[in-house]
Amino acid sequence: MNKVFSRPASLKKMTFHYCAGCGHSIIHRLLAEVIDEMGLRERVVGINSAGCSVFAYHYFDIDMAESAHGRGLAVATGLKRASPGSVVFTYQGDGDLAAIGTAETIHAANRGERVTGIFVNNAVYGMTGGQMAPTTLIDQETTTTPYGRDPNLEGYPVRVSEMLAMLNGVAYVERTAVNSPSAIRRTKKAIQKAFQVQIDDLGFSLVEILSPCPVNWKMSVIDSWQWIDKVMTKEFPLGVLKEPPVRG
Amino acid sequence: MAKALMAGNSIIGEAAIRAGCQCYFGYPITPQNELTEYMAAHMGRRKGCTFIQAESEVAAINMVFGASLAGVRAMTSSSSPGMSLKQEGISYLASCELPSVVVNMSRGGPGLGTISAAQSDYFQSTRGGGHGDYRTIVLAPSSGQELADLTHRAFDLADKYRIPVLILGDGVLGQMMEPVEFQYEAPEELKVRSNPLTGAKGRPGRIVKTCTSNPAEMEELNWSLFRRYQLIQEKETTSETFLTDDAELIVVAFGIGARIAKGAVKNARASGLRVGLFRPVTLWPFPSEKIAELAKRTRYYLVFELNMGQMLEDVQLALRGRGDAFFYGRPGGVIPNPSEVLRVISRHYFQKGLR
Repeated sequence: MNKVFSRPASLKKMTFHYCAGCGHSIIHRLLAEVIDEMGLRERVVGINSAGCSVFAYHYFDIDMAESAHGRGLAVATGLKRASPGSVVFTYQGDGDLAAIGTAETIHAANRGERVTGIFVNNAVYGMTGGQMAPTTLIDQETTTTPYGRDPNLEGYPVRVSEMLAMLNGVAYVERTAVNSPSAIRRTKKAIQKAFQVQIDDLGFSLVEILSPCPVNWKMSVIDSWQWIDKVMTKEFPLGVLKEPPVRG
Repeated sequence: MAKALMAGNSIIGEAAIRAGCQCYFGYPITPQNELTEYMAAHMGRRKGCTFIQAESEVAAINMVFGASLAGVRAMTSSSSPGMSLKQEGISYLASCELPSVVVNMSRGGPGLGTISAAQSDYFQSTRGGGHGDYRTIVLAPSSGQELADLTHRAFDLADKYRIPVLILGDGVLGQMMEPVEFQYEAPEELKVRSNPLTGAKGRPGRIVKTCTSNPAEMEELNWSLFRRYQLIQEKETTSETFLTDDAELIVVAFGIGARIAKGAVKNARASGLRVGLFRPVTLWPFPSEKIAELAKRTRYYLVFELNMGQMLEDVQLALRGRGDAFFYGRPGGVIPNPSEVLRVISRHYFQKGLR
């Protein structure tokens, strides 16, 4: 009998610690599938960050290092420059990439570092218990915006991908989601493309993934999937924000 | 190689390249800019080498972290306010046992302070500097030649003990031009350390991390680090003595302070005062045992620093009451000349009835 579905080789035989309905486990699996299918396991290095995914390295059977909160793309820069043959990605949440690490993110992207950012946007600080993130939506209730995010006090959700797409060093940016089978397939394709852009030496690549956090959103899993479609994508529209240049 | 006349900042850059430094990440801050500029001019076009002007000192130290993961020799440099920003990264480098070299051409503080030379970062440098229980090796050169020699040694020590090594200089050392002779030629081929994190080729994936939810695991890391620190204390402590054999009073000073003090000691000798100089070259590990040895013969110690008395505490700890230590310092970037220090030496000398 043909085996048609199994655990990717780049993923260890371990149970994810993530909450029920969390998008991280899906994204981990997609990354591992892409790494296997593109044959990158022996030259890929992942840099993960502080936040819910701080223990991501326990699940992957690839080289991985932890970076200080927000510094992932600076670490990735140093690593990639010292080892240009490696394929380097960061795995960062919204607080990590878009608040404390904003400077590192923008400048690595602007230098066109040949690295790939996997940016998981769930509109809250998950690990610390659901505080406001830079990507928290207007009126969204979090533990530090108990009356909803008020733009007069807390400003507006930061659209990082749109900002990065404006920079010349950036070759490819796409925003996807993981709240339905088709969205998951689209995300996998985007991750593939982002790695290919890096391998083809075209510039910086980033995939922003809208990811459910039912526990901190205080929703059922199904409701959180629907909330992504009905609310989150209005602020953060899905799609390609920057297409890589065609090699002629 | 014949002697060359170079400014201190450039000497460090040239010595780093000759030590096989493959990646340099910097950010402009006075008085170390010439080092960043030297690396831009000499590393950017060197085969296999990387120079990046980072967006901040925070980014620069984290780039060092990344390059060190890849197993290459990497360095960053800054001056006092920038060093404060780097402390987070140094703590992570220490925890992950990643070899790295960090240069601090320090200036007067606190705050933005002055761009003039000071030694106010002694505490920050020798007590770890960032959060958590860790140490870094701290080398304190006091001349152009020593900048070259200690820069090379810094890279060797970093690799040998898998530890961040600090070079604590100052604005004077960075700017002053001195003759220098480099002991090494730049390596033809740049080496990569064993076990780099560049992809799991033919082996299971490897993790470099600091975070754990298990306090016992964290404690074990601390124990293991401290066992290594003990070894470093045993093997790598370095100091210089100058005319201490018959000294009734010994001046203790480091870096550029020791250079000033040496002039004062020479002048004191010329007027017949039996005065010597003790200069720690490694500020951590601190040469406490050497001081304890000196204390068997000499009772009085004048600690002279370009700060308000920081190394003084280490000297007092080393003496443990076996000698008397007193202090003279000028903080904030004010640089006294040898005659000022000589006046202080003479006053103590005569007050203690040493003549």
